Amino acid sequence: MNYVTQRLLTFPLILLGVSVIVFVAIRMVPGDAITAMLGTEAGLLTPAQRQALAEYFGIDQPIYIQYWRWLTGLFEGNLGISSIYGRPVLAVILERFPLTLELALLSMVIALAVGIPAGVFAATRNERASDLAVRLFAMIGQSTPNFVFALLIIYVLSVYFGYVPAMGTFTPLFVDPLANLSQLIFPALTLGLAFAASVTRISRSAMLDVLSDDYVRTARSKGAPARSVVWHHALPNALIPVVTLSGVEFGYLLGGAVIVEEIFALPGIGRLVLDAINQRDYALVQGTVLFIAFNFLIVNLIVDLAYAALDPRIRLGNR
Amino acid sequence: MTLLTVRDLRVGFGRDPRANEVVKGVSFTLGAGKTLAIVGESGSGKSVTALSVNRLVDFGGGRITGGSIVLERGDGSRLDMTTADEATLTHVRGRDVGMIFQEPMTSLNPVHTIGAQIEEAFRLNRGLTGEAATRAAREALERVRIPDAAQRLKYYPHQLSGGMRQRVMIAMVLASNPRLLIADEPTTALDVTVQAQIMALLAELREELGMAMIFITHDIGLVAGIADEIMVMQHGVAVEQGSLDAVLDNPQHDYTRHLLNAVPHFTFGNTVRDDGTRNGQPPIVTVDNLAVRFPVTRGLFRRRTGAVHAVDGVDFDLVPGETLAIVGESGSGKSTTARAILGLVQATRGRIDAKSGRSGRPVQMVFQDPYASLNPRLNVEGLLAEPAIAAGQRVDAKLRERMVTLLERVGLSRDALTRYPHQFSGGQRQRLCIARALMLNPDVVVLDEAVSALDVSVQARVLDLLIDLQREFGLAYLFISHDMAVVERIAHRIAVMYAGQIVEIGKAAAVLATPQHSYTRRLIAAVPAVARRRQRFTVDATQVPSLVRPVGYEPPPAQWREAGDDHRVRVEETA
Repeated sequence: MNYVTQRLLTFPLILLGVSVIVFVAIRMVPGDAITAMLGTEAGLLTPAQRQALAEYFGIDQPIYIQYWRWLTGLFEGNLGISSIYGRPVLAVILERFPLTLELALLSMVIALAVGIPAGVFAATRNERASDLAVRLFAMIGQSTPNFVFALLIIYVLSVYFGYVPAMGTFTPLFVDPLANLSQLIFPALTLGLAFAASVTRISRSAMLDVLSDDYVRTARSKGAPARSVVWHHALPNALIPVVTLSGVEFGYLLGGAVIVEEIFALPGIGRLVLDAINQRDYALVQGTVLFIAFNFLIVNLIVDLAYAALDPRIRLGNR
Repeated sequence: MTLLTVRDLRVGFGRDPRANEVVKGVSFTLGAGKTLAIVGESGSGKSVTALSVNRLVDFGGGRITGGSIVLERGDGSRLDMTTADEATLTHVRGRDVGMIFQEPMTSLNPVHTIGAQIEEAFRLNRGLTGEAATRAAREALERVRIPDAAQRLKYYPHQLSGGMRQRVMIAMVLASNPRLLIADEPTTALDVTVQAQIMALLAELREELGMAMIFITHDIGLVAGIADEIMVMQHGVAVEQGSLDAVLDNPQHDYTRHLLNAVPHFTFGNTVRDDGTRNGQPPIVTVDNLAVRFPVTRGLFRRRTGAVHAVDGVDFDLVPGETLAIVGESGSGKSTTARAILGLVQATRGRIDAKSGRSGRPVQMVFQDPYASLNPRLNVEGLLAEPAIAAGQRVDAKLRERMVTLLERVGLSRDALTRYPHQFSGGQRQRLCIARALMLNPDVVVLDEAVSALDVSVQARVLDLLIDLQREFGLAYLFISHDMAVVERIAHRIAVMYAGQIVEIGKAAAVLATPQHSYTRRLIAAVPAVARRRQRFTVDATQVPSLVRPVGYEPPPAQWREAGDDHRVRVEETA
């Protein structure tokens, strides 16, 4: 596909821009890596020792040389060495990423499975009590902070239903799928229900627009039953804004969900970035941000392809 | 045999439908196989009446507040549509009552192929699936004269023209062989030659299938050829109803007479203006060999693969006090020509000379849609001040004086100044647009379909105003329109555009009475007229040629022939 190659060609340029910004930004934060790493013990270092450490991490050079070294490394697939973990940055990220990806996917599935039917239902009951109820819940869902949600879900599920998931260290999906899912279900619900609230609101308003369109009236005039009018004729036309919103939210989730990861003690990308920034792990911050940016680009591309799949006017152009 | 009996129908909208009735007690009967035309202007309740018959009005927020609608169904049973439940209504819609709508551009679902949409109708109403449904859909398309039917089934609506889409709508209705077809202004959005094709098709199918029809329109000339009975509606009431000939030849109600007489009707050049003044004055606008092309690009590097020749080699001039009408169908390049004269699009080639006479800005424009061309956040004073501000003038007492003079001149009062566009009707808004165009005292006003969006009787009054203003200020008008009846009223000269070129130009009377070019003849033959109501049209499926040309293509120079005093015709290529 012509369009896809065209988009893929722009990726390196965007990533280059992101890399410059993050490279400079992290170095503008006060404090230095060595102090952050060693804490108070850093005061005990002799200037020579400090110099040696700086040379070891390559942070004694002027910034443009540091950048050039890092950039050339990138082309060899080398994102640098994390000062916290003492291992290649890419390996650290890839270790954390499956969890984040799984959590994001689960949340999105919950959001779409709950949000689209709720929005469609509310739109067909426009201004009736059931519509108002759905809108109220959506409003609450959108405005409640994540941590409140998380605590509520833990409380309701464990106290009322006596469901206590496997605690302790995180189990990857391929090691024990059941244990893995039971660990992820709470955080996925937390993220997914807030996400579902936005999906509900946007699918409701898109459906309301579409339901008053002429072709919906045409469908009714030819005797299509209400269910077919709503799901077959109206919904496909209302999905574009839903896809847009889901793409953006999903992109954010791939960047990690710091608060939820913290509450449920999950080793995801969010906490990784937080730790890296706190400890001035330059290589790790740069690597993760670049990785997140790359994910965003991929998600955007998928969103664009989804538009084309949904709407023949985009797919075929105006011929 | 009575198919449909409507008694004292009342329909209201909003929270209190009884207090907001738009249909106030309408009664009529319709025999099997007969056609009833409901004629009226916007707000008359004609569409609401029709939508009540199949109860689609419920989905637009309407409620039937009284009366009955009794339909005889295919099995001979009688059903009161006003009390039927939704499940029964779903059966009746499509199976007994089919409907086609005003806007073919938006009436088909953009995400499904037309094949899928026609097949759905066959599935719902005849229980056909798979191969059988596809075959039936193809046959239905062939029946409405769509070429390459098998191929077209895979097309999406946006790949078809408006006329084609309306045929697809008709094909969909055919699926159920309905006893009653409701046609809600089915040709209003279409070009006049396409309108003639659709009307001919509807007449043909009606004979073939023996279906009854309710035909809704604002154009009393259009129904003359198709209706058996006419019902004229105004303000939710049927003011006159009767057989076609009785109503047209011997109208009883004032409003019917008004629709028949006051409204522009096409008369083949018999009612053109006789105040034409072409006595050797120098032209105020000269257009010489104008061409406007839009590039067609392709691929990653936007390589130019051709150009749309929207306007190609157009010449004309315009003298003070004269109206030149440019007529043509959508895509003929008439609006692009107007935009090029105002500099709103870049001319690819050619010269446009507009002499600055009275002011620095000799050419002003009035657009088609009075709802979209006034900024809703500005009051009238702000709207009228804008051209002056753009020209670097100060908003002072003198300017306000001019605003008031012009407002009064276009028939609005001085207190309009502090009001906002939404407080005016469509006709009043168009008057505001005209006043705005006159603020800088122009020599030329370009009117791009300026009365097309207005109701017919409002149209007549705005045209009269335009003619008065022209005489008073010595304005030259470039009047772009697709409506031959309107053009006949206002034009001194007419230029007929087809596929980006002028094919015929000359005195209005000559062009309309003795059209020379084959396209002009086709155009004039397609105009519906009360006087021609016994004439039958045949289905003609001529398509406008594509205007996309390869890079570097230059059209051959035009050959012209004189057809009389001030009447020139482009010589047609003989194929």
